[in-house]
Parts: sequence; structure tokens; C-alpha cells
Amino acid sequence: MNIAVCVKQIPDPATPYELDSENHWVVRPNDQVLDDTDRVGIEVGLQLAEESEGTVTLFSMSPSGNLQGIRQALAMGANSAVLIDDEALKGSDALTTAKVLSAAISEGEYDLVIAGTESSDGFTGVVPQMMSEILDMPCLSFARKVEAADGAVTIERQTASGYEVVSTSMPAVLAVTNGAVVPRYPTFKGIMQAKSKPVTVKTAADLGIENASDQKVTSVDVVASRAAGDIVEDDGEAYIKIVEMLEQVKVI
Amino acid sequence: MTTWVFAEESEGAPTPGSLELVSKAATMGPVTVFYVGTGSPESFATLGGYGATTVHHLDTGDALPAAPASAALAGLLTGTDASVVLFGMGNTDRDVAGMLAARMGAPLVANALDVSTDGAVTVTSEINGGSLGITTEVTGSGPAIVITRPKAFVAESTGGGAPEVHTVGVPDTGHAGDATITERHVEASEGPDLEAAAVIVSGGRGLGAEDKFAMMDELAGLLGGAVGGTRAVVDAGWVPYSYQIGQTGKTVKPDVYIAVGVSGAMQHLVGMKGSSTIIAINKDPDAPIFAVADLGIVGDLHNVVPQLIDALSAR
Repeated sequence: MNIAVCVKQIPDPATPYELDSENHWVVRPNDQVLDDTDRVGIEVGLQLAEESEGTVTLFSMSPSGNLQGIRQALAMGANSAVLIDDEALKGSDALTTAKVLSAAISEGEYDLVIAGTESSDGFTGVVPQMMSEILDMPCLSFARKVEAADGAVTIERQTASGYEVVSTSMPAVLAVTNGAVVPRYPTFKGIMQAKSKPVTVKTAADLGIENASDQKVTSVDVVASRAAGDIVEDDGEAYIKIVEMLEQVKVI
Repeated sequence: MTTWVFAEESEGAPTPGSLELVSKAATMGPVTVFYVGTGSPESFATLGGYGATTVHHLDTGDALPAAPASAALAGLLTGTDASVVLFGMGNTDRDVAGMLAARMGAPLVANALDVSTDGAVTVTSEINGGSLGITTEVTGSGPAIVITRPKAFVAESTGGGAPEVHTVGVPDTGHAGDATITERHVEASEGPDLEAAAVIVSGGRGLGAEDKFAMMDELAGLLGGAVGGTRAVVDAGWVPYSYQIGQTGKTVKPDVYIAVGVSGAMQHLVGMKGSSTIIAINKDPDAPIFAVADLGIVGDLHNVVPQLIDALSAR
């Protein structure tokens, strides 16, 4: 089974991200990291590929930078990566992202296209669904468990009150939740091998995609934060403070 | 111009979130609802009572709604004066919104807290864990697709009468529509409804183990509250998804929110920072949850929570 996994390089979530003052786009430093939630999609892809002696190809759209995030993904065991890096794609919306990734994926043949549910920097959460429409594949989203064999894929799809079992024939797009599998840690060997794995870099023009967005951020304002609270170190009796506050707000 | 609303069914009635969207749409002009579910005269009357004048009803049966619903909705929207299509954050909402935007080439804005159609369509939302508010202006000729946060709007009856109802046939979407729901399972949470509870006790990874949620149940029971959890504990399988509070989960605004062993990741904060009073217990003094807490206890939850339970039990 040959599998395409979509991954994203994002600014290190440990540092608050910055927006540029002119266009309000996220400032993307040279040393972006792999979005942690993408590790789950990579792991699902690796497990399915290993069972079937297939391959995992990563697809990503972002400024390449030093490729740290892509190398982190390759270190887990993916075979190769296709990166779409183009100044013209700066600030592109979800639909342009989906078009770019879909066009790059369409250059090969894949049984499954796997992505996370949402990125940890944008949280738009619709790129997999858009890709399924563009690629004319079923979209199995919010997958918390995945099984694929004999040309069919079956998932447990999270719902508001529980889950559904959903099946379809391949090829299909899968969007997995963080609970789908526990991602492996890269091995030392994996980290060393990742340095020499093939990374193909393409432009929007290579794929025939234009960045035409019908939306523009017109203003950004700092939201008033909550008034600073009372932070106390537990001296063995801090629970009394909680009781007092519950009394104060008349919950008890 | 007409505002369209995507509405979903739950237990034979429109979801509460759907009614919030219909109420918002009713303040903007005429409302047309695209309703996915079994459908019934009572459900349609409810939608009318919140302001819907027209309902298009699609029953996809055991097919996964994503592809057929987005194709049917695109067909209905083409050539209309629709300015905006409002969606909630439900899983099917997000499937249909994404596929619809790609099918129509329409702009999509997510995580909206408000939307306006006075002049250009403008959408306000918050990013970065709710620390930055952004305004997005949408241009283009077709409708804007807007995914809104739960509880961004209040459901209010307009006393409207029964709407005009049109039944929509299930379109053939070829391979994309070839996904079937073969089983449906309910993992119900016990106790009060999380979204309506005045007090919420929420557990995170810091609890350390699944069985520690018994402590959350006990504390919530003493306060007449509900129990919730973070994405991390849901993903770990400690509690069902119906407990999840945050970006992909429930948005709650209780009188008191007690966060136990919750670090306060961005995706969690957006679901609970509207709580009136926030109390946090965490051993890491640098945990981001303390930035939104009215009272923060830096300490071992395994000491503090049992002490709190004893103190409340003794009252």
C-alpha cells in the first residue's frame, strides 16, 4: 500500500507566534518544527505501509527553512518527502493549501492520503475534507482507529455522543485524531538516515496553482486578558483557598 | 440576501448548536436551513420557531453525509442570493463545510465568534488560544462559508411558524460518496450535561492515570457539577470524546471551572476561558492554565483534591 501523509512545519508552539504587521500572516522562522499532531498520521501511515510492504511519502507546503520539521518526520521512517515552497503561496488560505497538496499528490498514485484533524497553528480543520473533494475520494474524518486491507478501509469515527464505524473502498482521504495510535520515537538510525532521504521541492507554478484568496485579515487586536488571579503554592492547606472561593461565588 | 444555516439532527431533533446558528441568522434577514437527518414535522417546526422560513431536508441514511450533503448543498446554493452559509464545529459540519468550499471554490473562515453582512461579509474570530482577535473580510461573488465556535450565539425563539419544507434527493457523488456507516455507538457520559452545568471539574494528563477520574466524579458530585477532560485524556482513552473540552470538543462557560492537572494548551483554553471563575491545580508553576486562573494552586493534585473532597464532604 502506498500512502501519502500530509505534514506541516510550524513555528515552535512553545513560543507565542508572531503576525507580520502588513498582511497579518504568521511569521515563519527558519527553524520550524514538525506539528506534533502530524506524528499520529505518520504513524498510521507507517503501520499500514509496513504491513503491506508499501511506502510512505510526505507532502508539505511551507517555506523550507532548514527542513527541521520535515527531517523530524522522515526520521520516524517515511521514505521521502515532497515540499511545495513558493513565496507566492505566502498567506494562502485553506483552499489554496488543499489545492496545492492535492495537485502534488495527484502526480503519484496513492491508496490512502492521511492528514491530522487540524494543525496546531491555524486550527482551521478543513484541509483534509477539501482535499477529498478535489481528489474525488471519500473523506473519513475524525478517525480514532484505522484498519485497511484488501482495497477497503474501515475507521471508528468520533461523534458527539460516541463513535460510528465507517467503511469505504480505497483510495480515500483519512483525517486522524490524536488518539488513533501512539507515534513511535525516531531511532538514532532513523535520525541519521533522514538526513539523506530524498526531499523534492516544487513551486506553485510547477503544479499549475495560483494563490487567489477571497479573504483578507483586515485587523488584529489583542484580546483583553483576564485579570491576574491569585496564584499560591500549596503549603498543605491551599485547599482551604479553594473552599473559600467556592463560598465566595456561592457554589457552596 | 438570505443567510443559510447547516443544521444537524441529534436524537430526532435539531442540535442545540443548530438553533444557535438559526437564531443568529434570523437577526441578519431571511433564513434558509439545510437540514441533514431523518427529519420530522416537529423538527421543522422547531427550526421555524427559531426563525427559519425555508428548510431543505436531506436524509442520507447510512451513507456518510460529507459528500452527498456538500454536493446537494452546492447545487441548492448555486444561483441564489445567499451571502453566508453558517456551520457549527461539529464533525459533520466540518466535513460538509470543507467539501462545499472546495466544490464551489468559495472562501471559508473557521473559528468565527461573530459575522456581519452589512456591506462586505466580515468575520471576527480569535486565534492563538484566544489572545488575538482578528477580523477577516471576505470578497468574491459566491457565498462565504463560515464555521462558528459553539456558544458564539444564543438560541432565542422568534415564535415563527412552520417553515416551507423541501425534500432533497441524495445526489450521486460517485467514489467520493462511497462511504457507509455500518455501526453507531453511544458512549454516554453520566451526570449533568457538560454544556449546561454550573460547575465543571475537568481533568488533564496530570491526573496520571485513568482511575483517577473517580476523584473527578466524586468532586463534581459534591458540587452538583459535571466532569470534563482535555484532548489528551480523551486521546489516551481515559474518558469518552463527549467529555472533551476545547477546540475540537465542547465550549463551556460555567460559573466555576476547576482544572485539575490541566496544563492549559491553546486548544483547551479556547473551550473554557469564558468560564466566570477558573480554579486551577497543577504542579508546574509555569503551566499556561495559571494565566487564566482566578485562583491557581501550585501543588500536587493528589494531595489537594482529596483534601478538598474531605472538606466538602464534611460540610
